Order: sequence, then C-alpha cells, then structure tokens
Amino acid sequence: MANVISDETIEYVGILAKLELSDEDKENAKKDMADMLDYIDKLSELDTDGVEPMSHVFSVSNVMREDEVTNGDGSESTLKNAPERHENGFIVPKTVE
Amino acid sequence: MNLLNMTATELANAIKEGKTTAVEAMQAVIAQIEKYESTYNCYVTFDKEAALENAAKVQAKIEANELTGPLAGVPVAIKDNMCTKGVLTTCSSKILGNFVPEFSSEAVINLEKAGAVMIGKTNMDEFAMGSTTETSAYGITRNPWNSNCVPGGSSGGSAAAVALSECYFALGSDTGGSIRQPASYCGVVGLKPTYGTVSRYGLIAYGSSLDQIGPLCKDVTDCATILEIISSHDRKDSTSLDRKDTDFTSALVDDVKGMKIGIPSTYFGEGLNPEVKKAVMDAVEVLKSKGAIVEEFDLELVDYAIPTYYTIAAAEASSNLERFDGVKYGFRAENFEGLHDMYKKTRSEGFGPEVKRRIMLGSFVLSSGYYDAYYLKALKVKALIKKAFDNAFAKYDVIIGPVAPTTAPGIGESLSDPIKMYLSDVYTISLNLAGLPGISIPCGLDSKGMPIGMQIIGDCYKEKNIIRAAYAYEQARGKFAEPDIKEA
Amino acid sequence: MAKSYETVIGLEVHVELATKTKIFCGCSTEFGGAPNTHTCPVCTGMPGSLPVLNKKVVEYAAAVGLATNCTITRNCKFDRKNYFYPDNPQNYQISQLYLPICRDGHVDIELPDGTTKAVRIHEIHMEEDAGKLIHDDWEDVSYVDFNRSGVPLIEIVSEPDMRSADEVIAYLEKLRLIIQYLGASDCKLQEGSMRADVNLSVREAGSTEFGTRTETKNLNSFSAIQRAIEAETIRQIDILEAGGEVVQETRRWDDNKEYSYAMRSKEDAQDYRYFPDPDLVPISISDEWLESIKAAQPEFKTEKMARYKEEYGIPDYDINIITDSKKMADIFEEATAICNNPKKVSNWLMVETMRLLKETNTDIANIPFSATNLAKLVNLTESGAINSSVAKTVFEKIFAEDVDPDKYVEENGLKQVNDEGALRETVEQIVAANPQAVEDFKNGKEKAIGSLMGQCMKAMKGKANPAMVNEMLREVMSR
Repeated sequence: MANVISDETIEYVGILAKLELSDEDKENAKKDMADMLDYIDKLSELDTDGVEPMSHVFSVSNVMREDEVTNGDGSESTLKNAPERHENGFIVPKTVE
Repeated sequence: MNLLNMTATELANAIKEGKTTAVEAMQAVIAQIEKYESTYNCYVTFDKEAALENAAKVQAKIEANELTGPLAGVPVAIKDNMCTKGVLTTCSSKILGNFVPEFSSEAVINLEKAGAVMIGKTNMDEFAMGSTTETSAYGITRNPWNSNCVPGGSSGGSAAAVALSECYFALGSDTGGSIRQPASYCGVVGLKPTYGTVSRYGLIAYGSSLDQIGPLCKDVTDCATILEIISSHDRKDSTSLDRKDTDFTSALVDDVKGMKIGIPSTYFGEGLNPEVKKAVMDAVEVLKSKGAIVEEFDLELVDYAIPTYYTIAAAEASSNLERFDGVKYGFRAENFEGLHDMYKKTRSEGFGPEVKRRIMLGSFVLSSGYYDAYYLKALKVKALIKKAFDNAFAKYDVIIGPVAPTTAPGIGESLSDPIKMYLSDVYTISLNLAGLPGISIPCGLDSKGMPIGMQIIGDCYKEKNIIRAAYAYEQARGKFAEPDIKEA
Repeated sequence: MAKSYETVIGLEVHVELATKTKIFCGCSTEFGGAPNTHTCPVCTGMPGSLPVLNKKVVEYAAAVGLATNCTITRNCKFDRKNYFYPDNPQNYQISQLYLPICRDGHVDIELPDGTTKAVRIHEIHMEEDAGKLIHDDWEDVSYVDFNRSGVPLIEIVSEPDMRSADEVIAYLEKLRLIIQYLGASDCKLQEGSMRADVNLSVREAGSTEFGTRTETKNLNSFSAIQRAIEAETIRQIDILEAGGEVVQETRRWDDNKEYSYAMRSKEDAQDYRYFPDPDLVPISISDEWLESIKAAQPEFKTEKMARYKEEYGIPDYDINIITDSKKMADIFEEATAICNNPKKVSNWLMVETMRLLKETNTDIANIPFSATNLAKLVNLTESGAINSSVAKTVFEKIFAEDVDPDKYVEENGLKQVNDEGALRETVEQIVAANPQAVEDFKNGKEKAIGSLMGQCMKAMKGKANPAMVNEMLREVMSR
C-alpha cells in the first residue's frame, strides 16, 4: 500500500509540531513521510489481536516519593538560560490580545 | 611507558602506583586532541584549561588518599546529550547552541565521584537522531580508520575519540544502536546495558523508553569497570532499576565452557556483507573452541523491529522535543510576529532536517485517528518482539550476531536515503525495544582495513553473560589492530 | 420564544490538591513568592529532568473517588497531553486519559423542591497544573512564572446530568463540601484552587438527543458560573432560533462584560496526541493501600449531623448550617471541647460569624479566627466577666484580628462592673434625675424602665452588669 500525504496533512502536522516548512521542505516531508509510512505499514501484516500494548519493558510500578519539600528557591537556576527575561520572569510575546 | 597505549584501568593503576599522574594523562590526551581534532572533530566542547585544572584537583585527592576508585584520574569524554553543570550541552543542535545546564547527569556525577576527569563533550547526531554523526549542527566527525568514512552514530564523537586516544573512555547513549554501531565502525568496545541500569536523569531524552547510557572504551575490562561505576538506582529516574547485581567486573572470567550461544539465522541472511559475516562467524568459532555450545536458531520478527522502533522513537521524540520552544533556554529566532510564529521560527531554524523529519513523523503517528493504527500497533509488536527474545533466552545464555550489516560507509552515502540509513540499525534496534543489554566488540577488519564488530546480546539483567563471553573472546583474540591515523 | 428548550450541562472541575509539594518534584506548592522561586529543573521542563510521582497525590485522588462513589482503577497510569503554550514548560501536560484513577461515581444533590438527584461522575484523573502568565500593561509581552507549574490537580468530569444553574451550584457545593471534609483541597474558587469549566448544550424540550456543546472557561465564582450558564443558554437558543448551528468550541467568560468569546485560533489544532508517559511507571493500588485510604476517610456531613444531635443537643437547623462547612464544624467542635458550651458556641457561629462573613464578603473556608479565642469569649460571657454587648464588640475584634479576648478585655478595661456600690451610686443618680419616668413606672408603665436602663448603661460605658442594674432600678424606684 502506497501512502500519499496530502498538502493538508503536512500543513496540519506542521501546526501540531510547530514547524514552519518552505514549499520545498513540504514536498520533501510529504515524500519522506509517505516512504516511512509505507515501511511502517509492514506492521499491519502481524496479527496483534489480544496482545497487550507494551509501554514499559519491566513491570515495575509505584515508584513514588513522599510529600516532603526538598527544593528551595530555584529561580536563579531556572532563569539562567532564559533567552529573554524580565526580573524573575521569562519574556514571551503577549499571549492575549 | 607509553601512556596512550594504556587502557583506562591500567592508567588508573599506574596513577595509583605513582608511576604517572592524572595531569600527565590529561596532557597526553590533550596532545592527541590538538593533533587530530581539526581532521576528525570528535568534540563539540573542549576546555583545555578546565580539563587540566580538574586533573590537578583529582591528582591532589588521589595523593591525599581521598580517591582510590578504579577510575581515579582517568580522562573521560562525555557525549553532548548528557547535562554537565556549567559546561555547554548542545545535543549537537543549534537549538541548544548556548545551553549551559545547572545540573549534571547522574551518570556523570557517578563518574566524577569515582575520580574520572572530564575532558569535554563529544559530537553526535543531532539529538541522537542518526547513524553517522553527520546530522550534527557542529560539523561531521570522521572515522579514525579512514577519514573519508563516517564513525557511525549517534555516539560517533565518543567512539572516534576513544579510537584516536583523545580520551581513555567515553560515555555514549544508545536508543537504537547508538553506542554499539559506532563502536563497531571505530574498532572499540561499546556496551548498552539493560534498560534502567544507568540513570537517565540528565540525559536529554530522544526516545525515553529506549534511551540508555553506556560506555565506549578500549577493552572489555574497562567496559565492565566503567559500567559498574555508572550503574545506580536513582530515585530521580522512575524507570531506574534497583539492582543488586552490578558487580560487573566479577564477570571478567576467561571461561565460556558450557555457555549456550544462539546464532539467529535471520541475522546472517540477505543484506549482510559477506566479510562481516565471515568475521563474526570466525569469532563465534573461537568461543566454540573454548567450550561454548553454539546453535543456530530462528529469531522471529527481526524484520518488524525497524518499523516498530521508528514509530515509537519518533512518537516519543516528537513529544520530548516540544520543550525546545525558545522560551526557557536555548535558541530563540530573532524575527517573529507573535507567540506561535516565534515557536515555529525558533524550531524551524533551530532543528536540522533529520530531527524535523522524525518530529513530523512522530506527531503524525500520534495524531487523532492514527494513534491506534500506528503507535498502539507498534507497542503491541514491541510486546511480540520481547516475547521472541524471551523464547530465545529460555534456550541460550547469549545471542551473537553482527552489529551492523556493513563496515563504516563513506561520508555522505547515507543521508540521501533515510530509510537505507535506518536499515543499518536492523541488528541493534530490537535490543532497545526489548530492553536487553548488548556489547559490540571488534572481531576483524574487512578488505579495506575497516573494523568489524561482533554483537553479543544478553537477556535482561544478564550483562555478566555478555561480559564473560566478550572477555573470553578478547583473551583469545589478543590486542586488536590500531588505526593508522592520518593527520590533517 | 416559540419552542421550549432544555439546558444540558456537564462540568469539568479542577481542584488543586493540598499537598506540600508539587506532583512530580519536591518544590513547595505554597501560594505567593516571587515569580519562579518555587521551581526546579523538573517543573520548568529543563532538558534531562525527569518526573517522580508524589504519593500523596494518589491518596488524595483516590480518597475523593471513594467519597464520590467511584470505582478506583487499581492499575492506572499517566499520559502526556501535547500542546504548546508558554505556561506549559514541557509543552506537554502530564495527565491521565486512558486509565484515570477513578471512574463511574456519583454525588447526590438536594434540589430546591426537597428531592435529591444523582449527578454521575464519569471520571476523576490526576494531572499537573500550568504556570502563570502575567501580561505587561504597556509592552506587547507577557511574563511566565512557573511557581504553579506542577501543582497537583484532580479533574472531576461529570456526566451531562445537570439541567440548570441551580443544579450546577448544588453539585459544586456538594463536591466542595466533600473535598474540604477530606482535607484534599481548600476549594477556593476565587483563588483558583477550584475551577469549573462548563460544558453546555441546549435541546428542544422532550428531545433525547444532545445538542452541540460548548465549553466555557474562566469562571471564578458561583455567581460567574450562574451568569455564564444563563448567557450561554440564551446565546445558543438564539442561534438555533435564527436557524443557525452551534459550533463546538471553547469559550472564555469575561465576568466584567458578562460575555464569553471563542478562544480558538487556527494555531490550536486541539489534537493532543495523548500517549502513555514513558518517564513514569504505572500505579498499582493494592487492597491494603486502598483499605488504608478508606480507613483514613473522615466523618462526613451526614454522620456528623447525627452525632451532633446526639452529643450536643443543638437545633437541627444549626447543625445543618455548621456542618455545611468543614471549617465551621472544626471550629465548633474545637471551641466546644474547650468551653463545654455547644449552645453558645453555635450561637456565635450562626449569628455573628455568619453576619460578619457576609458583610466582609469572606468565604466560610476562610473564617479568620481561632476556635480557642471563640471559646475564651464564651467563657468570659458565661462567667459574667463581660456583658453581652461588650462581648459583641470583642467578637468583632476576634473576627477581624483574632485577638485573645482575655487580654483584649483586660487591656481595654471592658470587664463588667459587678461592684454593687458603684452601680447603686449611678442608679440613684439616674432615678433622681428622671422623676417623670419613675412616676410612669409606678403607674404600671413597665416600658419606662427601659429608658432608665439605657441611661444607666451609658453612664457606666456599657460595662455594667445589666441584670444587677435592672434589679437595683426596681428596688430604688419601689421605695
């Protein structure tokens, strides 16, 4: 089965992934994704009915911490790499009109 | 005494015995770096002054008997996707081009506690996505055996640095073969432990359920020694295992009598270069001659590992890399109009093509209407692949095969066809899906003089089996060939 | 309106849990603090950081589930919800989609006509809160503060079982009561520790099909919820009446303008690409663990009401009001334990406390005084150390500043005057100065004594023992 990726799909995935693609990028991305999906479609050959999806290889559960404060004022470390900061906050373009 | 000929453990002993010092060792690797970096480009970040200063500090502690461990004073290189406090950590990406972490990875901390001294940060495929170290934003790394060839990837800088004696050992990370394959291409030893053995805290995630840190080094003894030190149960990593059996050096025993070795015929079929096949089979013969029981078998589902892997890894990567958005750290685009445009421009300018390709694929396979067909399906196949290995390990102590279908390809040969590049991971990738440990050990050279790696695979928690097999083979093999390094 | 319509409402209620630390790191959840002071690599999405679950979050979530008749999912896990926004540091929120911790519960609400109705709960899941965006007044920028990022939340999702704003308020009040009783949250709408998003659709009366729903966010008070429901109902009916179609969308309520507007832009695909978080392992709730959570459940309102009736003998009406808030019930029980006078404690809560809460527009959960000071005040009045009008003044002081009434009365010289000599002197003076009133009293005008009482009290600056004054007046005038 040959997958065909439409312009709309690439546009949509670009919105999800927050990537801006030039027209040339889009054409390449369409082809790459179609090729990969053709390849991935191989999985549909396998009958997986009744198989439990495996997120974790080990059946470890309940890794938890106690509700105790262990961290102090982390603001300087948090803001150290900020591309733009104002006092103790990160600057971003205004998020409301 | 030629310092550079020593392994990491030999060097540590020499320092302990006062025959040399951490500073002299550091000076020796720095001389190598200054000689070869312009050609091979193993490091993204190398701070000579800091390295020498730290070596001097460690030497003082060794002399004061405060550091007595098996790696005290040994210079180490760290792959650039592991956070190092106060030291630039880029993941070989423009998007983290100015990122200086405020904390160090747990694995790096464990090494520091043991007295290892960091030289610098090694080059890699951007965000560990690639098999050649050609997707780095900071230039390609070249193969020490032939500078027209790739060193493999994604831990290509780490593997090449070990082969060039630009360090005594290095840390790499392995999501689909990223330690074992470059180790194979560069003629060094590389080990990927059981998932959860080395803490992922501080490792900048690519595929969280697959990523694992491990050593690249000169021989199997170093490999076991380093692994013993970097393994730890870390409460900061929920997937970190609480293991009591991490005394890996106890497996450095030259004895494989009665060890059951499975040879998956599916690993030796079509696509495998005949020279690679012969070298690996010859190595297996060596183990057989030492008393191992060798048997061919059918490992199922090999053909399904790559599509399963790319679905899961791309999906996890698309989510893991969302945090790189120009808000909190790293690169931010200069010109944009409003928030969403800033996101898009920052990410489009900050990520390279291979990273974007995988983010797009991962976003797609998770998107509404496709999740079940792709992602969930891949998780189910992953369960089947794990089962296939369980069946195999019910019969065998270790499984042996090649690391990669060929020796190192020429520079520029792989990038033009992504799927072809992905296919080169066919023998390594399923271990990550099943969480298994695997070691790559040099077992010969092809007719062009390029190194070939043998992969020994163990069941989960059975690093000792693969270390024992690799050690026994190495004893029989003797010292491996050395590259004829060309200067620029 | 030609046709008659029915409003169908379901709620998504977010509740901030009262843990000391965040859901996935050891940062404090305390309110306030300069921006980004309660942060670490985990709650700011630093590369290489990893989450570790706070056990208390699971326990609170399960406790709320048990108290709302839910089935507890014995093996649950976390999923990532992916969307880009600057208050969301990883650009994914760790939440639960596929296996939420609680499912299929209900709470019973009392309707104005005296009947009860079950509102079904679809699920309760655990998740992390987002940071805060502060918008600059002058420049075209916002500032991100991650102090709230990673504060644990539960989201309680109801079925579309409510039909009016009154039912919605009753449901929210019931939830709040349960959660406050559990101590799982203070549930303050104003401060955002309880937030309700309203899913609303309308349909023609009698129809069994649901209409297209909208989701309205940013509702910070019961009155905002009420107004938003009314406005959205009218908006949707108007659309339908005009022959249009309601668009499924998220709307933001502006309480000042009493108007909601659509939040969607083309950059929000609303496709969250949920998948199991590979950084967190599943949670398995054993029988033992669940039993220990059950055993730690507090006494809820119904049980409390029965016990109060039995133990304290105060009126049912009072019991109902006092137990309507965990805070008030706690103060009642604690104060009563100190002064052993449930009736008086109840009176102070029912009358003066309620009055002052209303006047100062304070939530019951924020009652600002301690039970100890209320108990001391009761003791002061009962012992006759202060009279009732002074007590009222002192209580206002307790309510405002939580003063220690013993000290306050002492320092301000408010002790009741029981000194017979001093009282008699005043009474004699007042009687002498008011011959007409004395005459009236003698002619049987009982009322006359009131004005004389008032004059005496005034002369004594309110501190006289009223009973003694009354008695003395009668005695002097009868001579």
